[in-house]
Amino acid sequence: MADFSKYTKKDLNVESASRSQRISKIAGNIITYIFLTIMAVIIIFPFYWMIISSLKTMEEYRANVPTLWPQNIYFENFATAFGKANLKDLFLHTLLVGTISTVLSLIVTVLSAFAFARLQFKGKNVVFGLLMATMMVPGELYTITNYLTVSGRLPFASESISALDFTNTFAVLIFPMLVSVFYIYLLRQTFMQIPNELYLAAKVDGTSDFKYLWKVMLPLSVSTIITITILKMMGAWNAYIWPRLVANDAAHQLITNGLRGASFTDEFGETNYPAQMAAVTIVSIPLFLIFVFLRKYIMRGVSRSGIKG
Amino acid sequence: MKKKIDNAQNNVTAADLYDRKTIVKLNRDIGSQNQLKGWIYLAPALLLLLVFSFYPLINTFRMAFLNGYNGLAIVGGESFSVGIENFKTVLAYSDFKQCLLNTILLCVITVPISTILALLIAVALNSIKPLQKVYQTVFFLPYVTNSIAIGMVFNAMFTRVGLGDLVQTQGIINNILGIFGIGPFNFVNVGSSWGANMFVVCTYIVWNAIPFKILVLLGGLQNVNKQYYEAAKIDGTSKVRTFFRITIPLVSPMLAYVIITSFIGGFKEYSSIVGIFGEGMGPGGNGQMNTIVGYVYNMLPKSNLGNASAASLILFGIILIVTAINGYVSKKKVHY
Repeated sequence: MADFSKYTKKDLNVESASRSQRISKIAGNIITYIFLTIMAVIIIFPFYWMIISSLKTMEEYRANVPTLWPQNIYFENFATAFGKANLKDLFLHTLLVGTISTVLSLIVTVLSAFAFARLQFKGKNVVFGLLMATMMVPGELYTITNYLTVSGRLPFASESISALDFTNTFAVLIFPMLVSVFYIYLLRQTFMQIPNELYLAAKVDGTSDFKYLWKVMLPLSVSTIITITILKMMGAWNAYIWPRLVANDAAHQLITNGLRGASFTDEFGETNYPAQMAAVTIVSIPLFLIFVFLRKYIMRGVSRSGIKG
Repeated sequence: MKKKIDNAQNNVTAADLYDRKTIVKLNRDIGSQNQLKGWIYLAPALLLLLVFSFYPLINTFRMAFLNGYNGLAIVGGESFSVGIENFKTVLAYSDFKQCLLNTILLCVITVPISTILALLIAVALNSIKPLQKVYQTVFFLPYVTNSIAIGMVFNAMFTRVGLGDLVQTQGIINNILGIFGIGPFNFVNVGSSWGANMFVVCTYIVWNAIPFKILVLLGGLQNVNKQYYEAAKIDGTSKVRTFFRITIPLVSPMLAYVIITSFIGGFKEYSSIVGIFGEGMGPGGNGQMNTIVGYVYNMLPKSNLGNASAASLILFGIILIVTAINGYVSKKKVHY
């Protein structure tokens, strides 16, 4: 009998302990969710404000007490934005520069990543180390001289050579930024995972290096190629500093420069914020689409880089 | 994709097909053939890097150490002596000092705040099951944005609208602060103070920096062996103690990585400020929020090449020092 009562007492103790543990766990969970929800609202708020502002009339936007949802949805802002910021041309320029530089960059990257990953030659490791070292150097260091180079002001000539002045061309937006050491590194890592035996087998069969690269390595590295493509396209979409410096005329302007440079001021000197927010929304839509459909590819590249574009 | 490679490895290995001698010979043959081939495959990349990276690197040093090097004077046929005058001139400019101060403050304020917030969010995300993916998606949203475009949104949120003294709306942030009886402040309009501008820019940078950090830290947390937490639980270790004694040491390599990258990014801060204030880098274009990178780009059209190069080398130097300090501290503090 005595044993039995002792048993139940112990059992009760355990139960009450686990109940208080459960309560504190639930409380902890509630706090966690509240914290995450507050942070999520703060993160989303600018996007929400951008979209609802783009749908308001100027009168409503100016209202002393702000409305959290537009009273009358006013789509004309988007038409105004297209006209004021000349968005159609900006889209076309950016698409052209983005596509060409992505294709060329992929060719250069694939060739060098293959050389680093698979081919054996003297000096390979020295060159690779040198390339890795350039990742430390801030791009601003290159920009000054590159600006001089593309505008035809070469160090050995006393005057700028107008035949070598490439400012305000599409080429100058494409070539100086074509090679990314980071992309070469990323693709080399992927190539290295492909077993060497495959390569040796292909060699025995008399397959050429180029054919092996095209038929075996590229198909096995599709996801890295997609990652590079997305990052490069986003780079063109978000590029600001270099394009503004070397090709900021109406015939070559890219989307980000056009957006920042566009004037949304009306005849009374007042900024038309709803139209400006409409333009910002239009520029953000392609990025949202990439985010929704291709997020995993970006995440893969991002976690190794820490750089945008 | 990994599966595919594994399959390939299972099906074909050279060792199955050929004896060792053949493979050694094959490897040697391939090696000797490839001497030239390797360089041919590398040629396009190396050529472009030579023109647009290695030459500029050398040329920037050259221009920085030629006293008073100036694009216009070059045309006039002037020659320059070697020295450190450019660095002295740049460091003596009050404009540059302001840029340097702004840049350093931006780093010192935003890096700790964004790192701590990101770590808290990552730990919270890691501890929940339902809705985890939804929250994760939301927190990654600011990464895939155009920093100029969203800078303009932040400007709109902080701007008061109206002509002259007749303010019609204080802007949504002032309206929200008003609910708590704070403000209104002049955050970004003409005549706004340096401190108020700094607050807006820091808010934007923190908001923009969080997603990358959460991504990296969450990846680190998910790789932590659950047994450590089980052991702590059995020992009755408090949550706070578990956080400081287990979580932080185990994610310390990722923490070091995000801190170093955000310091480097912070010292190169430019386009978020252009997004908010335009190229004037301050309210009404007064330049009071300008940064080191902004200073370099202002010097360029003025043909002040010596000063621009010197300023960019100072930036490079700062980044090297910060990287070295971080590396040193990491070695001491980062576990395993």
